Amino acid sequence: MTTCTNNNIEAIKAQQPDLNNLVPFTGANTTTPYLNDPVAKHTRKLCQTIEEAIKKCELRDGMTISFHHAFREGDKVINKVIETISNMGIKDLTLASSSLLSCNTPLIQHIKNGVVTQIYTSGMRGELADAISHGLMEKPVHIHSHGGRVKLIQSGEINIDVAFLAVSTTDEMGNANGVSGKSQCGSLGYAMVDAQFAKKVVLLTEDFVTYPNNPASIRQDQVDYIVKIDEVGDPTKISVGAARITSNPRELMIARYAADVIEHSGYFKDGFSIQTGSGASSTAATRFLENRMRDKNITASFALGGITASIVDLHEKGLVKRLLDTQSFDGTAGQSLGRNKDHIEVSTNVYANPASKGASVDELDIVILSALEIDLNFNVNVLTGSDGVMRGASGGHCDTATGANLTIIVAPLIRSRIPTLIEKVTTVVTPGESVDVLVTDHGIAVNPNRPEVAERLIAAGLPVMKIEDLYQRAISLTGKPMPIEFEDKIVGIVRYRDGSVIDVVRQVKD
Amino acid sequence: MKIQKEALAGTLESSDLMVKVSPNSGIEIIVNSEVNKQFGAQIRSVVESTLAQLNVTDGLIVIDDKGALDCAIKARVQCAVLRGAEVEELDWSKLL
Repeated sequence: MTTCTNNNIEAIKAQQPDLNNLVPFTGANTTTPYLNDPVAKHTRKLCQTIEEAIKKCELRDGMTISFHHAFREGDKVINKVIETISNMGIKDLTLASSSLLSCNTPLIQHIKNGVVTQIYTSGMRGELADAISHGLMEKPVHIHSHGGRVKLIQSGEINIDVAFLAVSTTDEMGNANGVSGKSQCGSLGYAMVDAQFAKKVVLLTEDFVTYPNNPASIRQDQVDYIVKIDEVGDPTKISVGAARITSNPRELMIARYAADVIEHSGYFKDGFSIQTGSGASSTAATRFLENRMRDKNITASFALGGITASIVDLHEKGLVKRLLDTQSFDGTAGQSLGRNKDHIEVSTNVYANPASKGASVDELDIVILSALEIDLNFNVNVLTGSDGVMRGASGGHCDTATGANLTIIVAPLIRSRIPTLIEKVTTVVTPGESVDVLVTDHGIAVNPNRPEVAERLIAAGLPVMKIEDLYQRAISLTGKPMPIEFEDKIVGIVRYRDGSVIDVVRQVKD
Repeated sequence: MKIQKEALAGTLESSDLMVKVSPNSGIEIIVNSEVNKQFGAQIRSVVESTLAQLNVTDGLIVIDDKGALDCAIKARVQCAVLRGAEVEELDWSKLL
């Protein structure tokens, strides 16, 4: 038979010489040998240990690895995988996690020992951020937005060799989600992108379920290897830190002002859409919207983004029709994603990538966002503290700010004696041209390029002031801060969502 | 006013400060602050002027500041000094 087929190949070449890559048939499973083995057929992707998966992926010095951060402060995968890689002696890696948090402090030692030499991330917090701000790394960290990360991956600047993705359940083929099993993180919006673009995809799962798993946020055709580990993350720690729920009266007061602004902004109409970013006042604003929506008999068409318990509550009461969820900000949101058919999981490509063929942020009416600092030109810093040390994340801030029709920044006017509103922000993450309204506990300022919004808010009797007057008020309470001193060395490059450089972070001087 | 003994005022809550005074020859001020980079000089000058107003010429003053406003710094320093000086009768006009 083989001879006969070879003859056919020769005959084809004779007739059409450019068809010189054709090979003769040599058996049903030449390229799929595992199909001849009734066991391997089902277990070929399974690895006993993380180390085995890393070896099979042929991870080498100088490659790029990636992770998602949907478990936020409860993540148990990033540190563990990098420690394993370190023990295997692999070095000089680029770490492209969708973000890094306080729980990633152990990475400091793996940067010191040369395992990780470059980082792409949305942000960083805690001791890792402090160390990097003080010059820990030779190469500056690239800070990107959630949408901007996908663009950097698409363009090839972030070229992921191996993605290590935590999931709560998968089947033996790699159909996986974060809404079933024990430790659920909800949406796998970040991981969906890595699964699509990485050359090798390793799933770290807590549980196996019968084939086919449904829903399949990550699909079998994207997955190379699967490792079962005891715990991928602690869902109770998703909503600590930036995604916390507040009972602080000042934060609640700001949230109520924000709800007032929404009500009178001109965008509070039947079918409106909304996103609340991370940060206490931002997520709390949702709680003040319910009565306003009922009074005016209006419902929202969708809520986007980081989905919270209070947004789910509005959805289940019929006040928000659909939820587009790229990151579930608490356990309630994660469970809702599994339960409610109109709570829809979206990748960060669909959510916010400016280079995708359609990003949901473009459809957004209103977004409420936080700020570490905002300046007289409405530029916003969500990355560096007023001491110059990195302690936050770009997140979807600049993606949603420019996509939405009305961008509201909520922040206390002063934090202890640090004014939030200053002359010039330490680091620009979102340009002032994308910001429309600043809501503080001392008053509301409207960007001069939105006079019609200012008119509506003044007509509604809200405490609208010039941003310069609000600034004077802050300074009269705190005194004028001395400028922070920096070294020349650049420790962070802030990439706008289109990949351009909007600012840099320099090493802090001690 | 003379500081006779060690005394404390304040708390370590955010937006407050802890002031410790003790007898010393000459004025010595130590400022530890979360906002030292931006406001260290300002905090020191508020402490100095508060001491001058109370005619304190000797004392070791240790400030542990958690981002307090000037009014809180002044009040805590006054309180610590008055406790340390064992003053029974207050001259309120000097405390404004």
